[in-house]
Order: sequence, then structure tokens, then C-alpha cells
Amino acid sequence: MESCVHRIEVHYSTDPRLKMRTSRIRSLGFQIDELHLIDVYTIATSTRDFSKTELEDIGTQLVNPVVQKFLADIPTKIPFDYAIEVGFLPGVTDNVGATARQTIEDFFSLKFIEGEAVYTSQLFLVCGTLSPAELQKLGATLANPLVNRLLIRTRAEYGDKGMDPVVPVVHLDELPTAETVNLDIEDTELARIGKEGIVDSSTGQRRGPLALDLAQMQVIRNYFESQGRMPTDIEIESLAQTWSEHCKHTIFASAMDDDVPNGLYKTFIQAATNKIRAEKGDKDICLTVFTDNSGAIIFDDTYLVTHKVETHNSPSALDPFGGALTGIVGVNRDTIGFGLGAKPCINFYGYCVGDPDYDPALFRGKNKSMPILSPRQILDGVVRGVGVGGNCSGIPTPQGWCWFDNRYAGKPLVFAGTVGVMPREHSGRKLYEKEAAPGDLIVVAGGRVGKDGIHGATFSSEALDPKSPVTAVQIGDPITQKKLSDVIVKEARDLDLYRSITDNGAGGISCSVAEMAKECNGCHVYLDKVPLKYHGMAPWEIWISESQERMTLAVPKEKLDAFMSLMQSREVEATVIGKFTDSGKCVVEWHGNVVMDIGLDFLHDGVPKKHLATTYTQKTYPEPESSCPDRLDATMLSMLQRKNICSKEFISIQYDHTVQGGHVLGPVQGIGRVQAEATLTKVVPNSKKGVGLSQGLFPTYSEIDPYLMAGAAIDTAIRGLIAIGVPLDTIAILDNFCWCSSDEPERLGQLKLAALGCYDYAVAFGTPFISGKDSMYNDFSGFDADDNPVKVSVPPTLLISSIGIHPDVTKSVSMDAKIKGDLVYVIGETAEELGGSEYFALLGGIGNTVPKLDAALLKTRYGGLTDALSYELVASAFPVSHGGLGIALAKVAIAGQLGMDITIPSNMRPDYYLFSESLGRFVVTVAPDHKRAFERICGADAHLLGRVGGKDLRITSGKILLDLPVADLTNAYKAPFRGY
Amino acid sequence: MAVAVQQNAPQVTGLTRQSATAMIDEKALIMSGFGINSEMETKEVLTRAGMDADIVHINDLIAGRKRLSEYRMLIFPGGFSYGDDTGAGNAYANRVRNNLWDDLLEFLDGDNLVLGICNGFQILANLGLVPAFDKHFKRDIALMPNQSGRLECRFVSLKPAADNLWTKGIERLYCPVAHGEGNLSCSKETLLRLKRQKMIAFTYCQEDLTPAYGKYPWNPNGSVEDIAGITSVDGKVLGLMPHPERAIEFVNLYDWPLRKEMMRRKGVSVPTESMNMQLFRNAVGYFR
Repeated sequence: MESCVHRIEVHYSTDPRLKMRTSRIRSLGFQIDELHLIDVYTIATSTRDFSKTELEDIGTQLVNPVVQKFLADIPTKIPFDYAIEVGFLPGVTDNVGATARQTIEDFFSLKFIEGEAVYTSQLFLVCGTLSPAELQKLGATLANPLVNRLLIRTRAEYGDKGMDPVVPVVHLDELPTAETVNLDIEDTELARIGKEGIVDSSTGQRRGPLALDLAQMQVIRNYFESQGRMPTDIEIESLAQTWSEHCKHTIFASAMDDDVPNGLYKTFIQAATNKIRAEKGDKDICLTVFTDNSGAIIFDDTYLVTHKVETHNSPSALDPFGGALTGIVGVNRDTIGFGLGAKPCINFYGYCVGDPDYDPALFRGKNKSMPILSPRQILDGVVRGVGVGGNCSGIPTPQGWCWFDNRYAGKPLVFAGTVGVMPREHSGRKLYEKEAAPGDLIVVAGGRVGKDGIHGATFSSEALDPKSPVTAVQIGDPITQKKLSDVIVKEARDLDLYRSITDNGAGGISCSVAEMAKECNGCHVYLDKVPLKYHGMAPWEIWISESQERMTLAVPKEKLDAFMSLMQSREVEATVIGKFTDSGKCVVEWHGNVVMDIGLDFLHDGVPKKHLATTYTQKTYPEPESSCPDRLDATMLSMLQRKNICSKEFISIQYDHTVQGGHVLGPVQGIGRVQAEATLTKVVPNSKKGVGLSQGLFPTYSEIDPYLMAGAAIDTAIRGLIAIGVPLDTIAILDNFCWCSSDEPERLGQLKLAALGCYDYAVAFGTPFISGKDSMYNDFSGFDADDNPVKVSVPPTLLISSIGIHPDVTKSVSMDAKIKGDLVYVIGETAEELGGSEYFALLGGIGNTVPKLDAALLKTRYGGLTDALSYELVASAFPVSHGGLGIALAKVAIAGQLGMDITIPSNMRPDYYLFSESLGRFVVTVAPDHKRAFERICGADAHLLGRVGGKDLRITSGKILLDLPVADLTNAYKAPFRGY
Repeated sequence: MAVAVQQNAPQVTGLTRQSATAMIDEKALIMSGFGINSEMETKEVLTRAGMDADIVHINDLIAGRKRLSEYRMLIFPGGFSYGDDTGAGNAYANRVRNNLWDDLLEFLDGDNLVLGICNGFQILANLGLVPAFDKHFKRDIALMPNQSGRLECRFVSLKPAADNLWTKGIERLYCPVAHGEGNLSCSKETLLRLKRQKMIAFTYCQEDLTPAYGKYPWNPNGSVEDIAGITSVDGKVLGLMPHPERAIEFVNLYDWPLRKEMMRRKGVSVPTESMNMQLFRNAVGYFR
């Protein structure tokens, strides 16, 4: 293959990155004296070589000579002790390498042929004294063994030759055919195929989990018996993808106990939306719910907005950066694949991870093999991944959150969401409807297919254990997707060049094509037409691969030429891989042989119904034993430093939240820069309206009362939007259930209660669910350092995300106290509700009394605040959430860098009053001139607590409880993540 | 703790001119493709300033489907062209140089304007369109990775450092930066020439217009002498790291809720437009 290999090493004259990189490495405990970073390009060609002069030209194209220098085929020679090179493993996406290749092609007017490429790697030249063990450990923090190759050399080994040029080319030698699989076997063996995968005839090894249980395997066996033949591997793999928990949501679809015969989804989620829509009548805000890739609500007479929140938990546990990156660009495609293509206009994120100061020391294998990544590594990786995805795609990322609990140390949860915007109609065509027609061509556009992401859908339906396949990991290429997104939503859509579109996510084309085939009742695919990253892939792998950045479209024959030439002009690869039919079947050919022929009804509806039984045991926890301290100054500072309360601004500022020009209320607010609960963004220029986003999440309440946990999440998601001025009747919500051990009746019992809570409170507030997703097995099974089996399960976690339309963004309010002398109110009642609270956690307890909720009462209260905001009577508003009223007051003061003088009632223990997490409350500040008008509207709900002013937050209840300079509060609030 | 002392800042409230602006006949070309991403908001702001703009994919220029010579202003907007691979703006600049160089030289010879914002500035720098001393289009400056080592998105204050067609009537700009590589670096000789020939257009400053003195967060990236933007020798090419086009309405400004409240208490009417529009009115005004 490649015969000519050249290596170009680039370094800065004065490297601006070194200060941060060095201190970061030191902060991880490595005593290094000095660090140098070298960017390496390895050029591998076979059809032509590059001369010395040509390599000089190439080097010049790859650097800025003002600050950088390069060496072609000469190793960098500066003083150092160790050289650590981190490159990619074969087949891993190398975006920088691809760009360098294009630049070289452009410069010399040539095209690299298959097998020729540019590969990048980074060389760390380290000065200092490290033991061999420390050196290995340092290497491990720089490279993830699942995606990176690592080469470590001492100065002596480096010698005059430097590092070897490494060409990570993919070599595959398996036989690329479809094989038949005999299912006429014992049930134990049948179950084993479902659990561990088909045995590969060439290697004798299992191909990886199908996540099909015995009942499902038996149905598959019966189907093919009735067809009078044995199934092929591709047919079984395809059924496994389509029937996966990830795609079919079997737990939410199954009958449960005697009282939920139609399953949780239909009974509690869909039914809530149906009821709300019927009750709202003409005021229904929903356009498309549950059926498309995203949910859509009305923005105004001309536009709609979509929202969708996905999780990417299992991939992020293995490769946090790649997992989070593909999570966010994946959900971007749920926007591009909504209707005929909405434009992604806001990204949203959420991370549940272990405490970054905690080292769980857990292993996926015995004998301390395959250590799991530390919470710190996971946090760093996922933060960076979502950032790179959004920043490179030009999508602002204002709204997000981060939650810490060591029960997420085995498996983190990574939520990624995207809001899209689209005209409701174009040239008389409804853009939110789509239908492939028989005879339309199946076109795949975007990136090429490799082995990456194989078994992603089935893998995420299983708990994480040593057999997790590494091919489940993938690195996204946001620029390839950006090109695809631009040409679809900014050009092809409005030229009416296709009839239907969907994204390739879980299950790859096996799911996207089969899903679209429902619209016309059939498809016929020529699998050998699919463009590949490298040769040697088996048909089943091509069919289910989850390689990123691909959309599937239905293009009418007469539009094909126009479509293809547009794609070509934008350098987006598009390929016809088959046609849609009305045969009622999904037929796949491979080099002229039919390798799959399954009825669409069996493929989509053949999955056997389950009947799940649940149990529920009310748990009780001891109440923390403590008395109220005399003064609460120290308590307040400790509360502000809790990781779930303090500032995570380092995330907000590395995410571009201003691109597209719609920034109104951003992720941090006020001159004191406090992270807000809700953000507001304009998505249609020249409209007064804006899109508000917020969320609610209370995993600490789940084990106490899952029903009220769901209520707290819904109320908090709604209340965040009410506080900035979004009216209740424009708000829609999304559900993401991330459960654990969902084969245990107790866990299912909690799930059932949470789903019932979703129904009751969504209906009571009148806020419809428009989209949702669930991830049911967020458990880690492995070993501790002494080889004891360990299972770490996430707490049952429900994220409720909210979206609403602000009618006039100029009347929205931020959270910061603004003017000295303004009145401070709390709206709503405070009860002694501290079960699962941050305060009880500080005291080392859990407790039992989680906040109750009277939605009917709150609806009236929220209407009052909405009116007060629309009359511009309120200077700031902030919802009371985790940490309670005391924390809300402190945050409002810090944001405004203004003190407050507060008096609280004395009928409750003062610490309980300040840190109770009772729902339905806001802290607002009001100009004295507006006192009467404000109180008339908000009535008895508004309690005057004091005034803004001075430099201290002072809280009194008979005596002074707390008197702290705002500067001290600010320091405490910002301390924990300073330096991240 | 980086808390800005906003209360003491001068009342730079932006413009009051809000009447419909007459459109000029000249048109602007806004480049797109390969990860450029701010083309739509850039077109919007130009329209508001009175100039029609076409968003043109670079491949349409290369293929001759569109011609640069039909336009009077060329804009390289913000984005992440080629994902910042091989250095921000470098790969896109290579594509321009390898395919459109002659058209570009002809355009620069005419009485035309060129504006590069953020990634656009990085492209201009790699093309050598700024500073372009003696009309030599070679790379004399570099926009290096930020000192913080990562992308930084926050509002910054800018003040004009030269009187030129872009800075007319501007006291202060207040707009976001959102870049990972904006740390301007050059040789001592280049810096001296930039200063002597009044080519430093904008510098980062504190809210009260005192210099940032290289201090974070006012200078968000470590740029030498707080430089945020420079022009070519004749002033017709401007490269600017921050994004005035992203904050053209009053409600786009980071501190608008506080400003609004202060204005209302004083009985001052709240503007709808921000001070950042003036930069674009100046550019369009060049052709009036």
C-alpha cells in the first residue's frame, strides 16, 4: 500500500499553549520541569512521492511562519528527557489529517487515492525526572487506549532518529459476505446468541451483544421457520438494532402490572400530551409530537421551533470526548432530520458525573485491568466534546447544567439537546411533514461508513461490563456535518429537491432506511453501493454501522440530477444506495445476492410484547440530627461551595453562546457573573419573540419519592422560564429518563411512579410533552482493586427540559439585583421540606420530606408573575431551586454585586427556612415606585423580605443570623472550579 | 475575581438613529462554506446598515458561478472554517490563495472594502491581506491560541486606536469574543510599523475605556498591546477578532438588563439598537 512516508514536525517559536498545559499536568501530580508540544503530520502516499522542495512547500502551508517552524523528515532537537507521542488508532476519525490532506491536494492540484492519507499526532517532549511508572501514568492521562496509540521514548531511545513514522492504516482480512445463522438450536445457546452475539465463523469469536432476550430470539426463529429458511447474520443484526431498547423503548412500551396494559409511554406520556392538546383547543401549541426526530411547537404565524434531548451515556463512559462530541452532533441531526430539515439554532447540555475530586479506583476487568476513567477525566472530556461540537458547527450553547454524585462514577450521563427553527411552510408545502414515495431513490449523504459505532444501539441497551465493544466508540467530524447541514437546511430544502429525510443515528442505515420505508411501505437497498472508509467490511457491519455525519433522503427520480450536482458543488458526498418501494418488505442486496428479505410489519411490529411486573417499597432514611447553629455564616459559605451549587462558569465561557446573533439572556448574568437557571435567545431576526430554555433535575429525591421527584423536575423546568417572563401557555416539556437495573421490579416500580408523576403534573400545568427519550441500564459492573465484584448504579434520574416562547424579549428580566434600595420579595410559601436537599447532604443525611406540589395553586401564582413582568414591574427574578431560598438570595446578590438586608419569619428553624427546597418560589427585586402595583398583582403570594443595598448580605430573624460581605460570598461561589 | 465595575462606566448608550436606512446600490459578498458559520447574521447587519449582500459559497467563486468583481465589499465572516485544523483560518486561506488569488488581487486594486471578523480575520492574516505593508501580501502577524488555552466566549469592550473609515464616531464597542485563537503576535518591527502607520484599529479596554494593559478578562486572549483589530496600510481592509455583528440590538448586550433598569429610573428612553451598528454604518457609509 503506502510506500512513501514523510513526517513533518511543527513547533511554535514561543508556544502560547505551554503555560496552561504545563500547569495542568502539574496539577495532576506530575513534577515536570518543562514541556514542549510538537504537532506531527505523517504523509503516506503510494502513487507519488514528494521531493524535499515539495515537502518544504507542504510545511509552509501547514504553519504560520511568523510564530511557527517546521522540520520535514528531521526530528525536533531540543533538550528533553522523555518523548510521548499520542496518535490515533487505525480507523479513528482524524479531522486535522483530513484537512491537511485537502490542503496538499489543492496546492499540488492532485487527488489522494484510497489508502493515501495524512495522519496527525502530537508529540510531548518533557523535561523532568519521572519514574517509569509515573511516565506510563502520564501517558495514560494524555491518551485514551480506545482511540489513541501511545509511544513513549527516553531521550536515549529517541537518539538522532527521533520517533518512528507510524501509519495507522486499517487492515481487514475477513471475508466480506453474509452468512446464514442456524437458530434451530437449544434455547440456552439461542439465549447466548442474543446476549453475546453471533459466533464469527472465521475468528470463532462472538461479534458483540445483540441485546435480544430469549423470547425475542424465539420469535425470530419462528419467523424464519415460517419462511422456510435460515436467517442471515445481517437479518438478525438488523432485527437486533430495530428491536433494541434504544430504538423501540421496549420497557416504556410494555404492559406493566394490571393497571398499565398499554405501557408507560402511551398511558402517561402520550396521554398527557393528548389530553392537554384537547383541553387547549385553539390554543394548542404543538405541531409535531413524538413521531418525528424532534418535537415541534409554534413559534409564531410563520415559524416553528423544534426541541430534542438525547443521551450518549455509554460511549461517553469509554471515550468522554468522542462520546459527548458525537452526542451533540448526533442530536443536531435530529434537528436537520426533523420534517424536511430545521436549522439547528441552540444547543443544550447536561452532565451527571462523579465528584471530580473522587477517585473510584474501579476496573472493568479483574486484576486491576481496564481501569475506568476518573470523574475528572470524564468531566474534562465531555465538557470539551460538547464544546467542540457546538463551536465548530456555529450553534450557540447557552443553556446547560452539571450535577455531581458519586453514583455516576461508574457510568456518567451525558445529555445533549438541540433546538431548531424552520418556516412552517415554503411555497405552499408544509415543511414539518414528509413522505417518501414508492420509486424515490434512497440517497445517503455526508460521511463514509467505517467500523465505528457498530453495536452502538444494542450496547447502550446493556449495562457497561468488560465485554463492552470498543468499536462502540466514534469521533465526530463537525465540519463534514456542517457542510451537510448547510447544504440541506440553507439550500436543498427550499429548492424542493427531496421528499423525506432522516438522520443516521443508532443502528445506522438499517434503522434510517427501514424507518423511512414505513412512509411508502418498502425499500430495496444495494448495500455494495454504500461508500466505505476502507475495504473489507462485512455486509452486516455496513448495514448497522453508526459512522457519523450521515443523513438518508428520499429523492424523486426527476430531482436526482439537481440534487446530486448541488451536493457535488458543496463537496458533500452523496450516493444512491437503492429505492423506496411499496413491496411491504425490506430487501437488501450485496453484489447481486439478496442477503436480507424481511416483511416490514415483522421488522417494526414483530417484537414480542412483554408484561412487566413491578414492586415498590417506600424507603425511610434517618433524619439528620443537628441543631441550628447560632450563626449561619459558615453554613452559607459551605453551601455556596457545594459542587451542585457553586459556579461552573468555566463550562459556559468555553461554549460559544453568541453565534447566530440571538443572545438576550445568557448562561452567566450580572456583573458578578452567576450561572442562570434559564436563558433566552432570539432565533428569528426582526421578531420580538425569543426562545427560553430551562430544566429541572432532582435525582436525590428519587429514592425517597419518585412521584414527587417528577413533580419537582417539572415545576422547576417550568418555573425557570416563568422567571424570565415566558408565559405558561407557551411552554412545552421534554422527558429523559435515565434509569438503572431496569430488570428489577423495584426499579420498575420507581419508574412507574415517576411516569405517573409526569402525567399528573404535566396535565395540571397544561405543559405538553413533545419529545422524550429513555436510557434504562445505566449500571456499571466491574471490580474493585481487590477483585471484588462491584456494581455501581446511577440514581433513577429524570431530566425535564423546557422550551417556551417569550412574546417580547425587551421585557425579559435577568437574575441580578440591580439598584440599591430595591425591595426584595420571595414569592411563594416555604415549608420544612429538606428530604434529599443539598442542606441535608451537607449535614451528612438524606431525610424523607421531599417538597410537595399544588400545581393548580402555582398556575395562578405564575400567571401573576407573568403579568407583573409584562407590565415591567420587576427588576430581577430568580427561581428558588437546589439549596433553597438562602442560596437564591446569595446568588441574586452575587450577580448584582450588591448587598441585601433581609428579615425572615421566625416560625421555623432558621437554617431549615433558608435551605428548604420547597417548590414554586421565586426571589424578585422591585423598584420602590412599583411596590403597590406589584403587590396588587402578586397578592398574598409575595412576601417582602427586605432591601437591596450595602456591601453585605445580612439575614436577620430576631437576631442576626448571617452577615457576610458579597465579596466573600462571591469567592465561595467561585472557588471550587477555579483553575478548571 | 473579575468583576467589572459597571456602575462607574460612562453612559455609552449607543445610537438613537433608528429611522429606516436607504439602501445603496453597491453590494457586498459574504463568503461561506467549509465551516464558516456567521454569514446569516452578517448579512442581516449589513442590510440594516443599508447594503444588500449575497452569501456566496467559495466553490461558486472558484467554479465561476459568481464573480467577485460584481461586488464592492468582501466579507470573511466568523466561523470555524475547517475546524481550525492546521491553525485557525489557515486551511481556508490556503483554499483562497490556491484558487482565487488573481481575482482577489484585482479586487484589492479597486476602491473596495474587505472585512474579516474572527475566523475571517484569521483568514485575512494567513492570506497576508493585513497588514500588507508595501502591498506585500505575506504573513506578518499570527493569531495564536489564547493564553487560557481554550475558546473564550464573553463580552469585551473595544476602543478605537486610529481614525479611519471604520472607527468614525465610535467611542466604544461592546460585543462578544468567541475564539480559541485570537492572541495576536508579531515581530517588534511589525508592531512598530503597525503603530507608526496607525493601523491598529481597535484595542481591548476596560469598561471605562482605560486600557486593558494585557490583563484578563478585559484582554481575553493575551494579544500584544491589547490589539483586537488592525487594518491594511490604506485602511480599506479591516480584520477584527470580536463580533460586533452578534450584538447589534440593545438586548444583545451582556449588561442590557442592568442598563435598561438604570435608564428607566432616570426617565431615559431605552434604545433598540446597540452602539455596535456604527461600525457597519461606517462601512456602508464609505460608498454613500
